[in-house]
Amino acid sequence: MTIASGTVREAAIAAPAPDRTELPGRPRKRRQLTRNRWGYAYVAPFFLVFGAFSLYPFMYTAWVSLHETSLSNINGGTWVGLENYRELLQSEFFWNAARNTLTIGILATVPQLCMALGLAHLLNYKLRGRTFFRTVMLMPYATSIAAATLVFSQLFGRDYGLINTMLEAVGLNRIDWESGTVSSQVAIAVIVTWRWTGYNALIYLAAMQSIPGELYEAAEIDGASKWKQFLNVTIPSLRPTILFTIVVSTIGAVQLFGEPLLFAGNGTTSGGASGQYQTLGLLMYQQGWSNFHIGQAATTAWAMFMIILVIVGVNAVIGRLRARADR
Amino acid sequence: MFHSTRSRAAWGAALAAVLLTAGCGGSDDASADAADYDPDAPVTLTVGTFGTMDFDNAGLYEEYMELHPNVTIEQNNVAQSAAYYKSLQTRLAANSGLDDIQAFEIGFIADVVRNHADAFVDFAAEENADELEGNFYDWKWGQASTADGKTIGLGTDTGPQAMCYRTDLFEQAGLPTERAQVAELWPTWDAYLDTARQYQSTSDAAFVDSPASIFSSSVYQGEVAYNDEEGNPIPEESDGVERAWEYASTAADEGLTANLSQFGDEWNAAFSNGAFATIACPAWMLGYINSQMGDAGAGLWDIAPLPGSDESASNWGGSFLGVPAGGENVEAAKDLAEWLTAPEQQVKMFTDAAHFPSSPQAAEDPGVMDATNEYFSGAPTGEIFGESAANIQRTPIGPYDTQIQEAFTTALTDIASGGATPDEGWENALKAARQATGG
Repeated sequence: MTIASGTVREAAIAAPAPDRTELPGRPRKRRQLTRNRWGYAYVAPFFLVFGAFSLYPFMYTAWVSLHETSLSNINGGTWVGLENYRELLQSEFFWNAARNTLTIGILATVPQLCMALGLAHLLNYKLRGRTFFRTVMLMPYATSIAAATLVFSQLFGRDYGLINTMLEAVGLNRIDWESGTVSSQVAIAVIVTWRWTGYNALIYLAAMQSIPGELYEAAEIDGASKWKQFLNVTIPSLRPTILFTIVVSTIGAVQLFGEPLLFAGNGTTSGGASGQYQTLGLLMYQQGWSNFHIGQAATTAWAMFMIILVIVGVNAVIGRLRARADR
Repeated sequence: MFHSTRSRAAWGAALAAVLLTAGCGGSDDASADAADYDPDAPVTLTVGTFGTMDFDNAGLYEEYMELHPNVTIEQNNVAQSAAYYKSLQTRLAANSGLDDIQAFEIGFIADVVRNHADAFVDFAAEENADELEGNFYDWKWGQASTADGKTIGLGTDTGPQAMCYRTDLFEQAGLPTERAQVAELWPTWDAYLDTARQYQSTSDAAFVDSPASIFSSSVYQGEVAYNDEEGNPIPEESDGVERAWEYASTAADEGLTANLSQFGDEWNAAFSNGAFATIACPAWMLGYINSQMGDAGAGLWDIAPLPGSDESASNWGGSFLGVPAGGENVEAAKDLAEWLTAPEQQVKMFTDAAHFPSSPQAAEDPGVMDATNEYFSGAPTGEIFGESAANIQRTPIGPYDTQIQEAFTTALTDIASGGATPDEGWENALKAARQATGG
């Protein structure tokens, strides 16, 4: 709150002084609006871009989802009402993708956030070369999904992949990573985890540094071990931050697309031979851009949006209940 | 002053502009009349291509620009055919951003023929239509023609088929290596599978790269492949699919393939690693093998006829050139498209870039017919593929061939990796095909 209002005030100071030669007798409200006009001017570009590239496509997608139409005839097609939604809910491909999205999401998000928490805790100690470690942690996040996935899918290759070569070297069996359900989902989760752990660790680290040192001193005087301090001081203080990272990771997990698409390695959009790693994002792409049924794809897009809304809503409710219980 | 009314008007205008530009793409202005066409006026023509169509590598653009100094040719190439077609579709939807000439792969030509014929120049209505039609195999011309007789694309290359095999691996396995003797090994696909079993009893490597190699090449040997005569998808009733499935699923189930997914990274790597001894070779596959193995592969491969080719020759792949009717340089673009696909140029495309012609005149040209390929142990490629091309029957194609083929080859991969039995795989393939066709 304070940060936000501070910025607005600074913006107002930086702006030219408001015109004070107004005619008297104008309604007060109007005058206030006029006085704040620079504020509107500053936010206008965002809302223009938002309207053109988010709000409009968003509503347009809803409109398309009510039609049976193809990619090359996106403005036409026949009106089918909610038929696409009915078909989607009855489609085994949708439920398969939903299940995969959930399991890959859990496989990727849970270890990722736990590791991020641990790493942040370690980096919070006074270490030599701390800045170096913190920078290195953010490197995967700065790598493009395509580059990372291409490298990982070669590592996970069945015949010539480095991981299988190493497994064999230590006397274990090769794994056909791509064709198994669990193995392919683990492989994709590894890519996601590799990319996002550092990012989340830095967010946790920032939050940890704002925890007052007195809390730890008091805990130490009470004889709490480092582990106890972590559990009873660090984690509770981080709760809002943890909730934030969970929400952001969940949204990312529902939208997971680039990794499973590129993991296939040959441009197919079926998410493996039996759809074992087809996510909702990939299903949408397959419907719209491989099979050219853009109406179905729009429907899947809206279904994904609904799922995200529900998950975020549930998270918010849980957060609020916890907060109330603490009070 | 920034009055609120004015700001509201500005908002409205901005929003309207956004909606307008998003709503309707280009204009529908009719192109310049043929009567106004001045063949010597300076013009820049853009050609949209995908993959390695090699007009540039065969020097055809340069030659045309020398013949017509007023013409400048620019090529917009997209590496993957599927990605190319996606962007072409959005451009058709917006009716803007189209190149003067657009190439189509065979997997997508039926969609254009069926759904976008009006957007392209009808070559069958040209004055020289008879001459043009005579330039191509009738099945090639037919693939680009609508039910009511419009022809919206001129053929470039084709994919008559053969079977490539590794002479070194055959020798190690005690199989004959001479072309003629190898041909006798597999007059039919059943014999081919027997050879595969024999080969794998003596060798660690797989006999064939993938079940897709068997499926995609033999599916066109039936009366019909994925569609009925009207081009409606009927994969579950097609004799071509049924036969191809039987051979390919048997090979997948018995582990006779390396179970690689074609055009994937591991498949590419497998060429150099000698992971398989045979691969179905449409004419364009020769260039692919060469590019994957480089000089190290020279002389290792040879070419025999495709199993079952005595009964039915078949085609896998090939492309077309179309001219969007709404373009600014339609007449000049037509001239270029006709020249690029004329028999003389097709001969050059074969000798310089190994694309097999879609024109019988070109295929019978000594430059093609007597051609041998040193990389493939001096195989008489002109003769092998020419014979295959001449015997091809027209198989009806449809708008979802690419997707249906992928549904089947994906299911075959699942069988080969032990994820499904052949019966389950068949059901899965049909389900995926139905999903793709939207049924």
